[in-house]
Amino acid sequence: MDYQYPEFEVVRNADRCIGCRACERQCANEVHYYDADLGKMMCDESKCVNCQRCVTLCPTRALKIVKSDNTFRENANWTMENIREIYKQAETGGVLLSSMGNPKPLPVYWDKILINASQVTNPPIDPLREPMETRTFLGQKPTEVKRDENGKIINNLSSQLKLEVPIMFSAMSFGSISKNAHESLARAATELGTYYNTGEGGLHKDFYQYGPNTIVQVASGRFGVHKEYLEAGAAIEIKMGQGAKPGIGGHLPGTKTVGEVSRTRMIPEGSDAISPAPHHDIYSIEDLRQLVFSLKEATEYKKPVIVKIAAVHNVAAIASGIARSGADIIAIDGFRGGTGAAPTRIRDNVGIPIELALASVDERLRQEGIRGNVSIVVGGSIRNSADVVKAIALGADAVYIGSAACIAMGCHQCRACHAAKCNWGIATQRPDLVKRLNPDVGYKRLVNLVQAWNHEIKEMMGGMGINSIESLKGNRLMLRGVGLNEKELEILGIKHAGE
Amino acid sequence: MNYVIIGNSAAAVGCIEGIRKNDKESTITVISDEKHHTYSRPLISYLLWGKTDEERMKYRPDSFYKDNDVTPILGKKAVKIDTKNRKVMLDDGKAVPYDKLLVATGSRPFIPPMKGLDTVENKFTFMTLDNAKALDSVLTKDSRVLIVGAGLIGLKCAEGILDKIGSLTVIDLADRILPSILDETGSELVQKSIEEKGVKFMLGTSAAEFDGNKAILTNGETVEFDVLVIAVGVRPNTELVKEAGGNVNKGIITDHFCRTSLPGIYSAGDCTESHDITTDTDRILALLPNAYMQGETAGLHMTGTDKPYDKAIPMNAIGFFGYHMITAGSYDGEKTVYADGENYKMLVTKDNLLKGYIMIGDISRAGIYTKLIREQVPLDSIDFELVKEKPQLMAFSLADRKEQLGGVR
Amino acid sequence: MKRIFVNEEWCLGCHLCEYNCAFANTVSAGKSKANEMAKALKGKKIFPKIQVEENDGIYFAVSCRHCTDPLCVKGCIAGALSVKDGVIEIDQDKCVGCYTCVLSCPYGAIMPAEDGHVAQKCELCTKNSCGSPACVAGCPNNAIVFEER
Repeated sequence: MDYQYPEFEVVRNADRCIGCRACERQCANEVHYYDADLGKMMCDESKCVNCQRCVTLCPTRALKIVKSDNTFRENANWTMENIREIYKQAETGGVLLSSMGNPKPLPVYWDKILINASQVTNPPIDPLREPMETRTFLGQKPTEVKRDENGKIINNLSSQLKLEVPIMFSAMSFGSISKNAHESLARAATELGTYYNTGEGGLHKDFYQYGPNTIVQVASGRFGVHKEYLEAGAAIEIKMGQGAKPGIGGHLPGTKTVGEVSRTRMIPEGSDAISPAPHHDIYSIEDLRQLVFSLKEATEYKKPVIVKIAAVHNVAAIASGIARSGADIIAIDGFRGGTGAAPTRIRDNVGIPIELALASVDERLRQEGIRGNVSIVVGGSIRNSADVVKAIALGADAVYIGSAACIAMGCHQCRACHAAKCNWGIATQRPDLVKRLNPDVGYKRLVNLVQAWNHEIKEMMGGMGINSIESLKGNRLMLRGVGLNEKELEILGIKHAGE
Repeated sequence: MNYVIIGNSAAAVGCIEGIRKNDKESTITVISDEKHHTYSRPLISYLLWGKTDEERMKYRPDSFYKDNDVTPILGKKAVKIDTKNRKVMLDDGKAVPYDKLLVATGSRPFIPPMKGLDTVENKFTFMTLDNAKALDSVLTKDSRVLIVGAGLIGLKCAEGILDKIGSLTVIDLADRILPSILDETGSELVQKSIEEKGVKFMLGTSAAEFDGNKAILTNGETVEFDVLVIAVGVRPNTELVKEAGGNVNKGIITDHFCRTSLPGIYSAGDCTESHDITTDTDRILALLPNAYMQGETAGLHMTGTDKPYDKAIPMNAIGFFGYHMITAGSYDGEKTVYADGENYKMLVTKDNLLKGYIMIGDISRAGIYTKLIREQVPLDSIDFELVKEKPQLMAFSLADRKEQLGGVR
Repeated sequence: MKRIFVNEEWCLGCHLCEYNCAFANTVSAGKSKANEMAKALKGKKIFPKIQVEENDGIYFAVSCRHCTDPLCVKGCIAGALSVKDGVIEIDQDKCVGCYTCVLSCPYGAIMPAEDGHVAQKCELCTKNSCGSPACVAGCPNNAIVFEER
């Protein structure tokens, strides 16, 4: 007996359905089927994950998916979700798995922060008439200007990443997402003058050509890491943690380690790709420093090294350590960051909001006088250009977007990535599904999104009377909180609206 | 340069269009003993059937001669080619000088000697617009029509007139209909469907004697009729070339550029022989598409483009009362047959090539089979099992498909 | 001249091109699509001028290639097929439905029309109200494109 009841209903407008069967052909979950006896399309809604593929492709808009209004006897404590999950675990005895970011109604601080605008004095700038700079550089900034005997400036700048927009695509491995998704990201990053990130899946041989716009990741499993790989990228990222699942490793099941994925990861076909929770050679900041310098040594100090951590309770102290490890950039991933698969309990309960983590890290590094040692990149559900502006004003140098990038490519946040049957060709390796994402389309949509955001960022900066992203950085005076308590305002380092 | 074309049908039009691809200036003269604007001869049965009219059956628009700067001499017959002086002599005594000449004289109905034929008052052939109009003028709703010949012309005529007459009988010496394009099963299927429409067939017999409105057949039976149509076959009009000293076999002999053996003289269409690549023999392929392509080849060659006409195959697309069939190539080889009710298909393979096919009923995408024959595609280079089932581009390699559909070269 | 090109690498076999084609050539094309398409096509067998081939996970759409040396035009016994500005057009008034074009087309891209009496073929939506090919506009994965090559 199945205690579950389908979460969604497939509503078909019989007057409009022309029986073209596009829904049936496009549903990898096999929800739709044609009943020859009845002479019409039918569906098994229990298989529906509400990815909206059928809805989007239906030429007569005959379909919609709605939340089932069948109700358990829920209450504020025993919600449908709690009951449903218990049924599931009572049935299977397994750890619950989820995808994408934390969906819980925890505070989204971005939405409680407002941006300033200039009025009479310090007038706003019209970005259509005045130059407006969104270019930024990531990497260590020297503390002093050095000159030679002739008074000429000595270039003591270490290697930097040059970003035309303060937005990068965050790490998503080839394996967790498809080759076409990677190609879309790589090509978009190249056209935009920014970077995408390989994640822990190695770099497909076809994508070495995008190396100047690629950040190659080294994670605890060290999959796909070799000399050429390190040399191919513009920067190297050591992944210590991930916002969606801080404190645990990763697991790409053997069923997904096939063909090019296995070759790119350099592991046998069909073997589980298990990334351990810790790096087995890193138990201290000193160990991390060794890896940072090993990587720098291996690449002749030409590539900045990023250390990526999840936003956790003592993130400021950790960041302080990283800033002293020789790393050039710290990437902090907040608890709403997406994932291809994570244990539900971890995703929903571990980690802290990126807004608070960012504010405290920036503040701590400033207090310690080492803010210039590193650049700060934040990710974990940056949803729009206002989030970007707020992040930068809170102290970030740039942001990572992952979920937003996926959504631009067609993701409808059905959060069933772990099933590997992504109907949009993103989080899947099934060839028939992968081909649904034509990189010509995917890349263009990514470029459109980031360009649109960049326009908006310029508008907002202009409104503040600021004409360069560098002047916005850490400029918390440009932010005000609403509905926040004293403690929250203190951590964010901003005043309440009206103050 | 003076281009002269004797004939005013598909080959002539092909030649004009071929010439004008390269040469917009020189004069083109078209000579035809028919007085009509170029029209499609195969459409005369559709004219009688009411599926077209004289206006719509024009093979090219009214402005065709003007648009292509052609001087038509219509209603005059070319009677002689003076190769020495490069002149075409007309029946009114005039001469038309040429530098390059196309002989596209077509064919004429063959009327075998039949006893008592002169006693028949209403007897017709079915080849030209005037033939069709003449036939039409005597038909009444009570007419009993006898058609001699169950080939393409006879049966198209039957289709064209059945609705407007009382009864229709078709006789043929052969024991089945359309023997030139169908196999026995195919003949049977088509015969049955035509019979269902009300046509009576008497096969394996011929008219031994005519006596006014009566035909006495070789099998002893008698058929009474009001109108007689003779459609037993055609003969190519080769005389002009033959008398001028050109090489003529059954049809006028031409090379791949449609040149005859006479300098400056080309020939195209039903009066010529083509090289049938499916049998590797030279034969008359009296088919409109071939006529056009021969004419075009001649026209291009006259004006300096060497584009050989070297992919000729017999082929026919025809339907009777809505029942369609497409056939091509030759039927000598290994046969694969698919039959399903009214749909019938036979494929003939030999030496790793598709040599011929018959499709009756479901004719969809037949052209893919035609291509396999025409291009002599080695069957082991494609997924023939797939294409056998139904014509499809899927049977070709990915690279071929990319080239064909994706424009990748 | 702009032509339709098909890249089977991106064809999903959704068959939407066939439906968009069938709809494009109805009278209601151009109006509010969802309702009009349902009105035009519901409960009907469609006769699109583009057809998707599929076999074993491979899909691609086939429509008239608008050949520069078109066998269909040369073979048409009625003079119903012609080339106008690179587009091969069919004059269905002149067509008598002999299907010599079906016999001739090496792509299998000409087919009997719905009534069975005349042939039909892709005319790049030049004769309907779409403006540009409906199959291209409706292809969800850019597998069918309309461009100069």
